[in-house]
Amino acid sequence: MEHSFQHTPTPQELADLKARELDSICVNESELQHPWWYNFKYAAWGILFGIVFVKAEIISWFRIQEMFRFESFHMYGVIGTAVFVGLISVQLIQRLNLKTVHGENIHIPKKEFNKGNIYGGLIFGLGWAITGACPGPLFAQVGAGFSVVIITFLSAVAGTYVYGRFRDKLPH
Amino acid sequence: MLETLKQPWPWYVAGALIGLTVPYLLLVGNKTFGISSSLRHLCAACIPGDIKFFTYDWKKEIWNLFFVGGIAVGAFIAAHFLSNPDPIVLAGSTQDYLATKGITDTTQLLPSEIFSWDQLFSVRGFIFIVLGGFMVGFGTRWAGGCTSGHAIMGLSSLQWPSLVATVMFMIGGIVMTWFILPQLLTL
Repeated sequence: MEHSFQHTPTPQELADLKARELDSICVNESELQHPWWYNFKYAAWGILFGIVFVKAEIISWFRIQEMFRFESFHMYGVIGTAVFVGLISVQLIQRLNLKTVHGENIHIPKKEFNKGNIYGGLIFGLGWAITGACPGPLFAQVGAGFSVVIITFLSAVAGTYVYGRFRDKLPH
Repeated sequence: MLETLKQPWPWYVAGALIGLTVPYLLLVGNKTFGISSSLRHLCAACIPGDIKFFTYDWKKEIWNLFFVGGIAVGAFIAAHFLSNPDPIVLAGSTQDYLATKGITDTTQLLPSEIFSWDQLFSVRGFIFIVLGGFMVGFGTRWAGGCTSGHAIMGLSSLQWPSLVATVMFMIGGIVMTWFILPQLLTL
């Protein structure tokens, strides 16, 4: 199994990583133990991200309607530019063999295809057009003061929970 | 300066900043960009039960919860200190179409006719607020990611399963918008 440990992992560590890797998203196994407040560097970027979400109206139900009705370029421009900038960045990181600010090798987990990419993707797409929000904008809508979206958010947590509960019975 | 910031930001500024999240997270801490997994970490932290999918050391992913917490704080800041006083400028055709469905309030980012506490207990409100959210949470986890994890991080790192997922997101959204929403909006 491909993994990002930079030492020989114990069986317990491997089992835990495998559980987190089940859907191959957001897995990291940094060797470095930092004080908890190091996490504020992620919160700081999150704050910038939240401001962008609101100011470019990405969290707007109306903008998502425009996108799916093909009546505005705005959201296509946002996502297209983001992918372009991300792509160039990843290429640079890989070709220049850049390391993290703490000197670790950078590891991007490979995503394995499974049928959930199709079925789950379709269900998410249907839900995206209804709520006008993917998970990120849900946090931003609540933060921006749309208090009823707390219900949408809790419902999304419930959806995630139900998926986890019945995961073994779903095709993958 | 502040007046400029209060105007809606153009797509290329927003897109560039969102794209830069990918190298920022990689360079600062070897993290891959993804937001929907925060919902999973919340389940793992609060209601893991004995479900294998939720029994892992979620504290190793706590950076993700700091990130989404930051998103909410940033949105609060933007809404209170950088708010644009004018109604949202929509494509005329979208505005006309929505008006035929009774959606005319464009003063806020979300239509008050649908997303309000009064509407929550109507059939339409339940579908838009509760069922829609459930589909977002269930669908993203089954798909293994959302717009950030698949469309941005996945495509940026040239992973073809993410392209499949992104295409399915778009198909789902288009089917809903063109064939199902016209009925749901008039409920």
